[in-house]
Amino acid sequence: MARSPEKKIVGTAVPRKEGRDKVTGAAQYVDDMRLPGMLHGATVRSKIARGRIKGISFDPAINWNEFVIATAKDIPGHNCISLILDDQPCLADGMINHPEEPILLLAHPDKHALAKAVEAVTIESDPLPAIFSIDESERKTEVIWGTDNIFKSLLIEKGNVGQVWAKADFIVEAEYHTGAQEQLYIENNGMVAAYDPSAGITVWGSLQCPYYVHKALMKLCGLPEEKVRVVQMETGGAFGGKEEYPSMIAGHAAILAMKSRRPVKIVYGRLEDMAATTKRHPSRTRHRSAVDKNGKILGGEIDLTIDGGAYATLSSVVLSRATIHAGGPYFWPCVRVRSKAVATSAPPHGAFRGFGAPQSLFAMERHMDRIAGVVGLLPDEIRRRNFLRPGQTTITEQEIREPIDLPKLLDKALVHSGYYEKKARFAQTNNSGSIRRGMGIASFLHGAGFTGSGERYLSSLVGIEGTADGNVRVLVSSAEFGQGTNTVLCQIAAEALRIPYESVSIAQPDTTVVPNSGPTVASRTAMVIGTLVRSAAIGLLQSLQVPDLLPENYTPEQFAEACHKHITQNGVLRSLARYESPEGIYWDDAKYKGEAYAAFAWAVYVADVSVDLSTYAAKVEDFVAVQEIGKMIHPILAKGQIIGGVAQGIGFALYEKVLWQNGRMLNGQMTNYIMPASCDLPPIHVIFEELGNRHGAYGAKGIGELPMDGPAPAIVNAVVDALGLPFDSIPLLPEDILEAWTSRSASRREPARSGAPR
Amino acid sequence: MDLALRLEARTRTLGSAALISLPTSPARQSISLTVNGTPRTVLAFPMARLLDALREELGLTGTKEGCGEGECGSCSILLDGVLVNSCLVPVLQANGANIVTIEGLANDQRLHSLQQAFLECGAAQCGICTPGMILAAKYLLDKISQPTLEQIREGLSGNLCRCTGYLQIFEAIEKAARKEAAE
Repeated sequence: MARSPEKKIVGTAVPRKEGRDKVTGAAQYVDDMRLPGMLHGATVRSKIARGRIKGISFDPAINWNEFVIATAKDIPGHNCISLILDDQPCLADGMINHPEEPILLLAHPDKHALAKAVEAVTIESDPLPAIFSIDESERKTEVIWGTDNIFKSLLIEKGNVGQVWAKADFIVEAEYHTGAQEQLYIENNGMVAAYDPSAGITVWGSLQCPYYVHKALMKLCGLPEEKVRVVQMETGGAFGGKEEYPSMIAGHAAILAMKSRRPVKIVYGRLEDMAATTKRHPSRTRHRSAVDKNGKILGGEIDLTIDGGAYATLSSVVLSRATIHAGGPYFWPCVRVRSKAVATSAPPHGAFRGFGAPQSLFAMERHMDRIAGVVGLLPDEIRRRNFLRPGQTTITEQEIREPIDLPKLLDKALVHSGYYEKKARFAQTNNSGSIRRGMGIASFLHGAGFTGSGERYLSSLVGIEGTADGNVRVLVSSAEFGQGTNTVLCQIAAEALRIPYESVSIAQPDTTVVPNSGPTVASRTAMVIGTLVRSAAIGLLQSLQVPDLLPENYTPEQFAEACHKHITQNGVLRSLARYESPEGIYWDDAKYKGEAYAAFAWAVYVADVSVDLSTYAAKVEDFVAVQEIGKMIHPILAKGQIIGGVAQGIGFALYEKVLWQNGRMLNGQMTNYIMPASCDLPPIHVIFEELGNRHGAYGAKGIGELPMDGPAPAIVNAVVDALGLPFDSIPLLPEDILEAWTSRSASRREPARSGAPR
Repeated sequence: MDLALRLEARTRTLGSAALISLPTSPARQSISLTVNGTPRTVLAFPMARLLDALREELGLTGTKEGCGEGECGSCSILLDGVLVNSCLVPVLQANGANIVTIEGLANDQRLHSLQQAFLECGAAQCGICTPGMILAAKYLLDKISQPTLEQIREGLSGNLCRCTGYLQIFEAIEKAARKEAAE
């Protein structure tokens, strides 16, 4: 089975590293863990949105002596989930700021005894006024966070927008909304914690970012670095949903373990996971654009607001990505983007694949269709006339130095989707019958890696070590949760070392074993971590070649022999590589100007959608996804990322609606929160273009989040095309279409609602 | 055949949910069942979930819990040859039954053709839905050896996957079916 080293490994469909364990059921997820003497933990949460805790009472019908009970007073260190601003308590103490806020913890040897006990704890409280929408938060009907309910505001100013309106042939204005979306990983969140006074605290869990949890636990438990150990178990889906909240659950399990001196497992049920953990930030975006008669954008204003929920958590960085992506893949001679993340009394919204970009790009791409309608151009043509070209600058004035070719991506998408032919056909068939068809386009971009100076601050460290049997092990804190981290990083190491893929393994992320290579987020793993793995591999080769243990050209057997020799002589063979910012990368955090991302992936998606006027359901009939991703490391995994992302995008657009009541999710079940099932997916045609990337290993860019950005606007644009009615909010459910269709005489066709020609 | 499948899929949730309302007995009972060809006995409350008995009493953690209410299909197993959500089946109902879980599919080191195809086609990403998905696929192929794409979609309609968008799972099932036909 061993591959000859001359054969390329990067770019081929090698077997997924942990695949065999996953198809046989052997893979170990956190709920599969059992430790001797282990207790099960549960969380008592607030039932109100906001208020002051007066007291806690316990129903005497329960024998509380059987339970371990912990409150904020049992926290050994600081009562906060350390992340950016440290404003979120681990257990509410005095104030309640959102529904489902954790207040008290219980542990018991029998997990079946917990549900009843949780219900038998009563939190007595004085309710305070709460805020449930962006509008209320802006009006400051109540100040619930800081002095003005604003977690963060940003301003991008390129050129002089003030002068542009006088030159415009058209001014196009509209407002767009996106709803909360649940990540809905199939494995619920969970953690196991064990405490030993001499060794400290260890947690095993379902998570994306081992060192985020590590940092949070040090502060919460008041323990030094070496007394906190975090181990990632096989993780059953994450999508951002296991980026920040695992620190909370790890904290709860740790508090109970430290108090009881027994291992404690906390695994959420679906209802608790959906109601209490993070979701995609709801958003509202207003566009006002100046356009000339040829459809060229002259400039514009974009006002973007996201709902952050009750605590700051990651909202400032979600806002950052949303803001930078707000102008889409277009050239804006001048633009002003004002954005802010505001507080409401909902559980904090958080990371979800795309991280703000799907929200602002939905608005941008709906707006492009609206502009096309006003100017009288087709949706493809309006985009073609405004695409960014090499040498031009983005809204943060980042010069495009990559060899991008957006018109080519658009042409491919049009051809593969049969765009013009279908448009012509639908124009005929839409005159009669109950099925209306439409075509929708979205063109977009997604930046890979942390924004601006983020990667420099992270300063990721990656290692590779040789083993005595001549194999190699990759040491990173980057987690596998389905996207293919293990496989892709092993491919890169094997290719760089010119040894078989089978000779490379990857360590289970464990903070006592792997260095801090940062969080597994932001489409950064293949590009940033991949590059570091390659550097570390080259360093490892030098350790073998400089002392002459290995010739310039070698066989895998010679490599294994050299590893063995080196380890015999020196005890250890390890090479580390640390991130260094590429030269010429400049970012001004105060002005929000400069190189926002080392690389962007680019894409054009086309949706073919039907609307059934007897049920008012919209259905995606066919989908084409064309993207330029630098270099495809693994064809099947890359395709899987795109299809999976498109599926989540379809859900975001047409199915997934969080129903809120006073800040609380009402439909926290798979029965009533509807995600796409096997019958809901259209054929999805995935087409890759590879133009390389000087910053990524073998030319790779990030692709994990990209496919989340485009489907929703493409689909809604297609619905608009099918019905000739404007839809500017998602999710777009049958009842929304019904309402718009039955009252259509009032609003009529799309351009009428937009700015009039001047 | 399609109608039969559909009806069975419906009983899979409704039938067993109805049983949940049987009167519960306070005492643990000895329940005998055959799991992956081996006779096993568990001491459990009769209304305990079969899912918990498999995972906690028998250590067969390959069967996963995703929602606990029969929506996601991650806990799918074969009970006397019928696909069921083990989170909705009281263990009492499995007394004397023949059960197949994901652990029973591979033959020593040799993967079942579905497992092999899932691996090759990228049908397993995070892996949490995979055991249930493979059992649903096995059930389908046991009934219809060469299913159409529509039959595959319908056969998997009780199993949710958030990672893959399903298409590579469909491919894997088609591939396994073709391989079985060739052998």
